[in-house]
Amino acid sequence: MTLSIESLTVLYGDKVAVDNVSLDIAVGDVLALVGPSGCGKSTLLRAIAGLVEPAEGRVEWQGRDITHVPTHQRGVGLMFQDHALFTHRDVADNIGFGLKMAGVGAGARAVRTEELLVLVGLEGFGPRSVEGLSGGEAQRVALARALAPEPALLLLDEPLASLDRARRIELNIELARLLRELEQTAVYVTHDQDEAFSLADDVGVMHQGQVLRVGSPGDVWRDPQFEIVARFVGHEAMIERDGQRFAVRPDAVSIATSGELVGRVKTCAFQGDRYALTIDVDGGPWRLFHSVAVEPGSMVRLSLDPTRLARITDI
Amino acid sequence: MALAAVPAAFVAVFFAYPVATLLVRGIGLDPGRLLDVITGSRFLKVIWFTTWQAGLSTLLAGTLAVPLTWAIANRQFTGRRLARVLVTVPFVLPTVVVAGSFIGLMDRFGLDQGTIRLRHTVWAVLLAHAFFNIAVFVRSVGGFWTQIDRRPEDAARTLGASPWLAFREVTLPRLRPSIVAATSVVFLFSFTSFAVILLLGGPRRSSIETEIYRYAVTRSDISTAAALSIVQMVAVVSLVVANGWLQRRVAGRQGLVADRAVPAQTRRQRTRLVTMLAGTALLLGLPLAVLVERSLASGGGYSFANYQALGERVRLLPISAADALVNSLAFAVVAAGIALVIGGMASLAIVHGTRSVSRVLDLGMLLPLGTSAVTLGFGVLISLDRGVLDLRGSWWIVPITQSLIAIPFVVRGVVPVLRAIDPALREVAATLGAAPARVRREIDLRIGARALATGVGFAFAISLGEFGATSFVGRRSDLLTVPLAIQRLLSTPGDLLRGQAMALSVILMLVTAVVVFVGDRLHPKAGGML
Amino acid sequence: MNNSLTRLTAPIRSVIVLLLVSLIAVSCGGSDGTEVSTGTETSVASPAGVPEPDSSTTEATGEEPEAPAVGIADEECQSTTSITLATHDSFVVSDGVFESFTATTCIEVEQVAVGDAGQLVSSAILTKDNPTADVMFGIDNTFLQRGLDAELFVPYESPLLATVDAALQLDPEKRVTPIDYSDVCVNYWIDRLPGDAPEVLDDLIGPTNADQFVTMNPETSSPGFAFLLATIARYGDGWEGYWQSLVDNGVSITAGWSDAYYGEYIAGGGARSIVTSYASSPPAEVIFSDPPVDTAPSAVLYDSCFRQVEFAGILAGTEHVDEAQQLIDFMLSTMFQEDIPLNMFVYPANSEAALPDAFVEFGQLADNPATLTPKEIEANREAWTERWVEIVLG
Repeated sequence: MTLSIESLTVLYGDKVAVDNVSLDIAVGDVLALVGPSGCGKSTLLRAIAGLVEPAEGRVEWQGRDITHVPTHQRGVGLMFQDHALFTHRDVADNIGFGLKMAGVGAGARAVRTEELLVLVGLEGFGPRSVEGLSGGEAQRVALARALAPEPALLLLDEPLASLDRARRIELNIELARLLRELEQTAVYVTHDQDEAFSLADDVGVMHQGQVLRVGSPGDVWRDPQFEIVARFVGHEAMIERDGQRFAVRPDAVSIATSGELVGRVKTCAFQGDRYALTIDVDGGPWRLFHSVAVEPGSMVRLSLDPTRLARITDI
Repeated sequence: MALAAVPAAFVAVFFAYPVATLLVRGIGLDPGRLLDVITGSRFLKVIWFTTWQAGLSTLLAGTLAVPLTWAIANRQFTGRRLARVLVTVPFVLPTVVVAGSFIGLMDRFGLDQGTIRLRHTVWAVLLAHAFFNIAVFVRSVGGFWTQIDRRPEDAARTLGASPWLAFREVTLPRLRPSIVAATSVVFLFSFTSFAVILLLGGPRRSSIETEIYRYAVTRSDISTAAALSIVQMVAVVSLVVANGWLQRRVAGRQGLVADRAVPAQTRRQRTRLVTMLAGTALLLGLPLAVLVERSLASGGGYSFANYQALGERVRLLPISAADALVNSLAFAVVAAGIALVIGGMASLAIVHGTRSVSRVLDLGMLLPLGTSAVTLGFGVLISLDRGVLDLRGSWWIVPITQSLIAIPFVVRGVVPVLRAIDPALREVAATLGAAPARVRREIDLRIGARALATGVGFAFAISLGEFGATSFVGRRSDLLTVPLAIQRLLSTPGDLLRGQAMALSVILMLVTAVVVFVGDRLHPKAGGML
Repeated sequence: MNNSLTRLTAPIRSVIVLLLVSLIAVSCGGSDGTEVSTGTETSVASPAGVPEPDSSTTEATGEEPEAPAVGIADEECQSTTSITLATHDSFVVSDGVFESFTATTCIEVEQVAVGDAGQLVSSAILTKDNPTADVMFGIDNTFLQRGLDAELFVPYESPLLATVDAALQLDPEKRVTPIDYSDVCVNYWIDRLPGDAPEVLDDLIGPTNADQFVTMNPETSSPGFAFLLATIARYGDGWEGYWQSLVDNGVSITAGWSDAYYGEYIAGGGARSIVTSYASSPPAEVIFSDPPVDTAPSAVLYDSCFRQVEFAGILAGTEHVDEAQQLIDFMLSTMFQEDIPLNMFVYPANSEAALPDAFVEFGQLADNPATLTPKEIEANREAWTERWVEIVLG
C-alpha cells in the first residue's frame, strides 16, 4: 500500500463533505472516484492534496502520516477540469514550473520539458502562449505540467469534463495508456462511469460524503451491492425476488419470444455494434442491449437470467 | 502573519501613532469641542457639503472617464499606451496651476462673465476634481477590464442581448470590484481636497479639510481641529466599511486574460473610437494646453526662455528649480518604492489573510488618504520626536508621508485583481511544490504585476505633485520640492517668475509622463501582458 | 532563455530604473555644484547659478567642486556646533551667507522649513516641549502675541537692536527680535484704471472703481488679514460699514494672494485693476518683468498699507543659547540684512543696511502705515474675522 486514507472527515462549516472515508491505493494503481456532483469526491481529492484540512482522520503515504504536511511538500501532481494553466507564462514555463520549484536548473528543466511535450504529443509547443491553445492542447499541457516533477501521486479532478466528446474519448484512451506506461499512482475524480471504468484499476463510488463501494470496475458493475451504486453504474431497474432486492443489469435481460415478462419498447438507440433499448416494464424502465433495432412502441417479451441479477445488500 | 505585520507596523508607526497623539492632545485640551462640532449647525453644513461635493465629484469623474476607459480596455489603437500615460499627468500638477488653467480657459471662452459663470461655483470644484481623478478610473478600471475574459459577454450576445444589455448584465457586474475600489479612492481624494475648494470653490465654501486648516493653523485651536479630524475619520471609516461590504459582495474569480482589446474593424467602430478619444483629449488636454502656452510665452512672444531660466537659481528660491526637480524625483522614487513594497505586501495580506486581518488592514491602508494633511503633519511633529524615530526635519519623513497617501492607490488597484485570480492556479502551484510565499510571488505578483505597476505609477505621480503633507511635516530648506517651488514662484509679482512657474509645471508633467510610460512598459510582456 | 526571472522582478526593476533616472538627474544637477544629501546632516551648496571660477578644469578632472565655506570652517574650527533655524517656506538667503557665519563662529546653521507663517507658529506651539529648532524666524506681528502667550521664546537683547527703529520693536521684553518688515498695500495697474489713481481707502468704494478691486479672505490669506487690519486701524468701529461699501461696490474675494494677483488682477490676465499686495510688488514687477521694463506698471495706494514685521526668537528649551544669540546677532548684521530684500522682497530692520537700487527707485514704504498692537490683534482676531465673514461672505 502506498496511499492509505483512514476515517477521513472533512467539514465545510456545518456540512459534512467527506464522511469517515477509508481507502487504500496500491503503487502504480489508478483509483477512480465517481459519483454525482456534490458527493464529496473533489473534496476528498483536495484533502489528499492537502488543499483542505480534514476535521478527523489520517492520510498516510508509504506508512508516513502526511495529514498535516503542507501541499507543496507532498509531492502530488494535480490536474483540474479547466486546466488552470498559468496564463502569464508560456507553455514551457508552465510545464517547467514544478521543476523550478524543486530547484532544477534551467538546462535540465528545458530537457525535461521537451521530453514531456513529446510524451503528450505537443512537440514544439514550448514557446507558445497558453492562451492560443485548444481545449485538448491545454489539457495536455496541464497533464505534462503535473507529470513533470514525477509526482508520487497524480490527482486528476474531472480532467476531461471540459472537452468535447471526441476529444474526451481520444484523451481518455491516451491518458489510460500514459498512466499505465508510467506506472503512475493516481486518483481520478469523474462523474462519468465510462471514463472511470476505462482507465481505473479500482473504482470508488461516493454518495453524500461516503465511499459506498470500492472494487475493480468489473466487480462494481457486476455486483454494485448498493442501490445508489447500481443506479450510478446504469442499473436503473430494481426488482423484488424472494424478499430480496435486485438491480436488473442490462446483460441480465434479453428479448426472447419465450420470455415470461412483457414490456413496451420506449427508446431504441443505435450504438454501433448494438442497440440500447429502454423498455417499460412493471416497476420502471429496464435497459438492455440487442443486436437488431426494435420499433419504439412495439411490445416485446423479455426473459431474465437470475444469475446476472445484482443483489442489493444495503438495507 | 508576517506579510500583514510589515504594512501594519508601517501604518501604525507613521500614521496611527502620530494622528492618535494629535487627536488625544487636541481633545484632551477641551473635550467639549467634539460635542460642539458634532452638534453645531455650521459644522454640520460643512460636513454635508464636503460629503456631497465628494460624491458628485466622484460621479462626474467616473462618468467622464467612461469613453477613455472603454477605449483603452477594448480597442487596440496607436497611442493606447500613451493615452494611459497622459491621463496621469493632471495628477501631479499643483492645484494652484490647474486652477490657473481653468480660470484661463473660463476667461478665454467667456465663462467668467455672463450667465454661465463657472468660477467660484461648485461646478468649478466638481470639474477640477474630475480633471484630477479621471486617471484613477481610466487606469484602474481600464486595466482590470482589459484583463477580464470577453467570452461571457459573447455568450450573452448570442443569447440575444444587445451590446448595451450585455455590458449592463454581464460586464458591469464583473467590473464592479475595480469600480468600487476606484470610486473609494476618488471619493476620499475629493473628500479631503484642500486647494481646489479654496481656489475654485470661492470664499464662501469650506470643507472639513479647509476648516481643519483654519482652526489648526490660523487660530491654533487644536481642540476644534482635532474634533473635526475625528468627524472626518468617522466619515471615512463608515464609507470604507460600506465600500468593503460592496466589494466583498461582488468579489469572485473572473477568469483573467492577457488583453481583451481588439482593433476597430468597421468604419463605424473607428468613428466611435475616434470620437471617444477626441472627447477625452479635449477635456483633459485643453487646460494642459493653456498651461503649455503660458510656459512658452515670454518677452511678449513665444520661446523657451522660461525653461532655460530654470537652471539658474532664482531669487525667492533657496535652490534652483532644477535642483528642486532632483529633490522631487528622489523623494518620488523612494515614496514609490515604499508604496510598492508596503502596498504590495498589504494587498497580499488583504487577499490571503483571515477576514479580520483583511478588514483591518484594508481600512488601515486607506485611512491616510482620508485624513487631513494638517492632522498628519502636526501629528508627526509632536509624536515622532524621540530617539531613532525623531524624523522631524529629516529627509525620510517627506517620502514616508507621501507614501502613506500613495499606498491606497496601490492596494485598491491590486486587490481586485488578486481576488479575481482563479484559486486553482494557486492550488496547482502548491501541488507543484511552491510554498505559500512562493505561490504569492509566482502567481499573485505575476498576475498582479500590471496593477502593481499602475499603482506605483500613481504613487510616483502623487509624490511628485504632493503639496500639503510635504509642507506640513517640515523639511530642510534645501529640500525644496517642485510643487513648493511653483507655489513660491507664484507668490511674488513678476511675469518672469510666473513664466518659470508654468515652465516648471510643464516639466513636472513631462517627467511624470516619461516615468509612468517607462513604468508601464516594464511589467511582463510575454505571456500576454499589455 | 530564463526570461521568467527578468519578468519576475519587473516591479523591482521599475524601481531600479527610476533610481537610475534620478541618479542621472542628480549627477546632471550636481554639475552646478549642488550636492543632494540623503542623510540628516546639512548639505552645503556652493553658489548655484553662479559660474564656477574654473569649471572647465573641474569638469576635466571629474571632481565635484568643494564648497569653499565648509573647507574654511573645517580648517579653522576645532569643533563646530550645529544649531537649527526653523522658518516658513518663504525664507531664502543667498548662497554663502550662512557659510560666512559658520566661518567666523564655527556654528553651522541647519534650516528647517515648515509651511507658511501660520503653520510655523502653530507647529512651534505644538512642539514646545520638545522643539524642532533652536531659533525660529518668521513669526510676524499678526501672530506674535500668540507665540508670546505660548511662552515660545527666551529673551535676548541683541546689541544690534540699536540700529532698529523702535517702532518695529514690538516686544518690550525682547523675547523676539525684528528682522525685516514690509507693507501690505493695495496696488493698482496704472494704465488700466478706469479713473484717477486712488489716493485714499475711500476711493475704493467710489463708483469709478466699481468691480475693480480684488482682495483676499483674511481667514486663509495673510495679506488678506493684513488688509482687514488696515481698515480696522483706519476706520475703527467704522470698518464694518467700509466693508459693506466694498461689497456693494463689487469687491471680489479670493482664497489666496496668487489667485487674486494672477487670477483676477490685470497682471495675470484678469479684468480687475486693483489688488491687495505688497509695497514691494511694483519693484518686483520691474525686477522680474518680461520683457524688461524701465518703470513699474503698477503703483501703491499708501493710505491702505498695514505694516507687517517679521521676528526671530530663541526657542525656549534650546541647549545652545549662546550660539542662538550669535545667530540672532548675525541676522541683524548688515551682511545678512542687505541680503534680505532681493530674496524675500521685504525691507531690512537694520536701518544701516543699504537697499538695492530697484527698491530705492521703484519702491517706497508708507510714511504712516496702519498698525495695531499684537495684543489687540490676537485678542480680536476671531471676532473680527467672523464678523468679516458675516458682512462680506454673508
